[in-house]
Amino acid sequence: MSRMLENSLDPAPPRTSYQMAADASGVVSEPSKAPPQLEMVEMTKRFGAFTALDKVSLTLKPGTVHALLGENGAGKSTLVKCVMGFYQPTSGAVLIDGESRKIESPKDAHGCGLGMVYQHFTSVPAMTVAENLVLSRYENQQVINWKKEYAALEEFMARSPFKISLKAPVSQLAAGQKQKLEILKQLYLESKLLILDEPTSVLTPVEADEVLGLLRSEVVKGNLSILLITHKFREVQAFADEVTILRKGQLAGNGLVSDLSAEAMAAIMLGEVIKPSVVGSDSQLDYQLTETIDPDKTIDQTGHPLTLKKPVLAIKQIEAKGDNGVLAVRGVNLTVHAGEIVGIAGVSGNGQRELMEVLCGQREPLKGEVRVNDEVYTATREQMFRHQVYALPEEPLRNACMPNMSVAENMALRTFDRSPQALGGWWLNLKAMQRMAQGLVQAFSVKTPSVETPVSHLSGGNVQRTVLSRELSAETVSLLMAANPCFGLDFSAVDFIRGAITAARDRGVAVLLVSEDLDELLALSDRLLVMSEGKFVYESEMADVDLNLVGQRMAGH
Amino acid sequence: MSSSPLPNSPGSPGSPTPSGLSRAEAWRAPLESVLLPIGALLTALFIFGIFCAIAGANPFAVYASIYKAAFGGWSAWQNTLIRAAPLMLTALCTALPARLGLVIIGNEGALVMGGLGAMLVGLGLGTTLPPFAVQLAMGAAGMAAGGLWIMLAGALRHYRGVNETISSLLLNYIAIAFLNHLVEGPLRDSSFITKPSSAELNPANWLGTIPGTRIHFGLFYGLVVCVIAYILIQRTTFGFAARTTGGNIRAAKLAGLPVGKLTLAVCFLGGSAAGLAGMVEIAAVQKRINESLVSNYGYAGILVAFVSRHNPLATVLVAILLGGILASGGILQRSHNLPDATVLVFQGIVFLCVLYSDSLYGKLPWFRADAVSKATL
Repeated sequence: MSRMLENSLDPAPPRTSYQMAADASGVVSEPSKAPPQLEMVEMTKRFGAFTALDKVSLTLKPGTVHALLGENGAGKSTLVKCVMGFYQPTSGAVLIDGESRKIESPKDAHGCGLGMVYQHFTSVPAMTVAENLVLSRYENQQVINWKKEYAALEEFMARSPFKISLKAPVSQLAAGQKQKLEILKQLYLESKLLILDEPTSVLTPVEADEVLGLLRSEVVKGNLSILLITHKFREVQAFADEVTILRKGQLAGNGLVSDLSAEAMAAIMLGEVIKPSVVGSDSQLDYQLTETIDPDKTIDQTGHPLTLKKPVLAIKQIEAKGDNGVLAVRGVNLTVHAGEIVGIAGVSGNGQRELMEVLCGQREPLKGEVRVNDEVYTATREQMFRHQVYALPEEPLRNACMPNMSVAENMALRTFDRSPQALGGWWLNLKAMQRMAQGLVQAFSVKTPSVETPVSHLSGGNVQRTVLSRELSAETVSLLMAANPCFGLDFSAVDFIRGAITAARDRGVAVLLVSEDLDELLALSDRLLVMSEGKFVYESEMADVDLNLVGQRMAGH
Repeated sequence: MSSSPLPNSPGSPGSPTPSGLSRAEAWRAPLESVLLPIGALLTALFIFGIFCAIAGANPFAVYASIYKAAFGGWSAWQNTLIRAAPLMLTALCTALPARLGLVIIGNEGALVMGGLGAMLVGLGLGTTLPPFAVQLAMGAAGMAAGGLWIMLAGALRHYRGVNETISSLLLNYIAIAFLNHLVEGPLRDSSFITKPSSAELNPANWLGTIPGTRIHFGLFYGLVVCVIAYILIQRTTFGFAARTTGGNIRAAKLAGLPVGKLTLAVCFLGGSAAGLAGMVEIAAVQKRINESLVSNYGYAGILVAFVSRHNPLATVLVAILLGGILASGGILQRSHNLPDATVLVFQGIVFLCVLYSDSLYGKLPWFRADAVSKATL
């Protein structure tokens, strides 16, 4: 699959071509000091009795990209938070150019030339790019001379690797541009050592390659060193020089990227010599198959091509406005049949989110009609039950969970008003709710202290598993709608979710999959559509997909 | 739903068992929600002491007086409970919508509208029905009037996106003006000259006192309604849907919950509790309707709701506490030469301290387990 990508979109050309591209595009590198060497020595961090980080050492050599790999909870975030001064390590030291430095706050870290780019955006949406850049400075100015600032900013923008309009309000930037702004902030602050926390998780593959490519060219020129936290092997192999792999808070391995295959890295990361594609597809999927298949209730898809053609979801001329009041979905038509996965690709911000929200009942459409099983569907609870519609929206904590309610209550969201969890339709049977939650916690390996713990106390991957267990454990599912279901998750979780989605398809579920990860769509979909500027601009059966054309359509050509 | 135990995947050994919740963790949250309000109350007492000292009174003597007037003996307890009864009910007007994520402060207006509705029905029915039936009808009318009043704020919120806090606050003034208009005009009993008032409710329909006490049956109403409200919110599917909507409206929509209907229904229920408080005040205390109905129980109810963190059972206790403070107003004037309004100063200080303490949840080091539990997962 990634081979297909390389052929078509050419995401990972040889490093020298980036160098050339950067030079050709007129990026002038200022004669500036080379980045210092960053060493973390035997870093240990304990929280109470729990050791989150156990004697981990890492050296970021000047002018290199160093990847930090590990599953969710492996200690990557703890390590960089110690370096950035958010946490104080229990023991261990941070050395800058061989000198021990005490870093007690992010401000101290900034003083050492360290800058971090977070997974989530930290810009003020209502302010312009220029205002956000000035705001990011650590000084406390009472008066800002905007004329002077603009002159300085324009000069900065001229030599920066990315170009963003200084006067554009951040709220109007696409996700890719926002991420670039986050990186620009650190360059503006003259951070020489950048820590990037999964910087590409909100970007399309094309955007991701562009951003990482341009950053790499800065590194090659000796202006920067980068510590790249990521889940994606492809990015490690394409952009990193060295890699450090953590597992359960311990150093699991490190070395030159050129010496390691993706399989080797996966094996070190997971602690087992298995291919990533096998991980996670064991007991959980058995659970799926053994517990949820009921031949009488699911559609028999063996040898009945006609039943496969049964349309489940039909969207007719849907139009919807975005949050900013501008028409975001401009009259789309789509039919999803039983037993197929229809993938919708597209650069973020082209109406996919709004379309998904309409289908999930979170947004009122302006025009058009949604039909499920040939009946008008307005996303009421009764219709969801009758047609067995389930959804995995993006950002589960924002879209699909009540953060302050317990894991059990979150898992019961679909079933709390049904027997056995509701007696007589109105009295909650808390015991039944708890029992179900305990079963789901086991079956989907949700790591939580108890089912009474508020779901916001769980890590991202486990929040996702909580939602997944709720949406995929119904006896019969006829329509599943998923948006970026694997966003920001570790390998075993990604594999588990993808396995669950394809297993659902094989059982005859109609699946609509909206994703910004083209790899994911290519791997899972039976039919691929591209959405651009609120319309579908490309549609093809998976066998006939022309990736060059997909890339062009995604880019709006 | 399946609950058959299945082996964990090899990728996740050692995941804690569901029962592996440590005792400290289990107690931390409840302890926090008890100790923080108590800390706020103590802080408020301290600040109020400074205020008293500046006003020329000995703070400790004032504290002692407040305690004596509020809880120092059966007579004091009765005074306290009489005042606590409407507070329990008005508090629900804020507490119930709060579970839905709305901040409603129209308690005073709902109480006034409830009192008006109850009075109109009471005067209209007179002695045509047995007293119990009249009281029932008055209660129903009070609840309907108060409920619809707050439902208006809920509807403005849901259909037009109007801020419910502002609209419910403004509805208070409209309700009070409406009351004044009626008692100075159409409802006025010209034989009663002390202040513009309606005619008196027929004594047969008065809400009696619990035998052997001066406490009227309103206390009983308050207790029962609070218990019902608690059960409704915590143990029914309706309450679950309301809490879900309050917890995350996007998730509620994803699950197809009727967010609009829930908003209207919960606002109605909250308003009807305050409306019932109006009925109780009319039928048990005031007997005729006039400006005295606007006696701050609504605003004090907001305070009760916030101190009790919108938990209807905690509301009962907090209402008794605040009822005690209100009951001590007279004694401060008589024994310490402090103005009658001093208790309102105290009430205001308590409110500010409680609101401030609300911002401390999860921030104080003694109650923090997050760092540990999050990292372990």
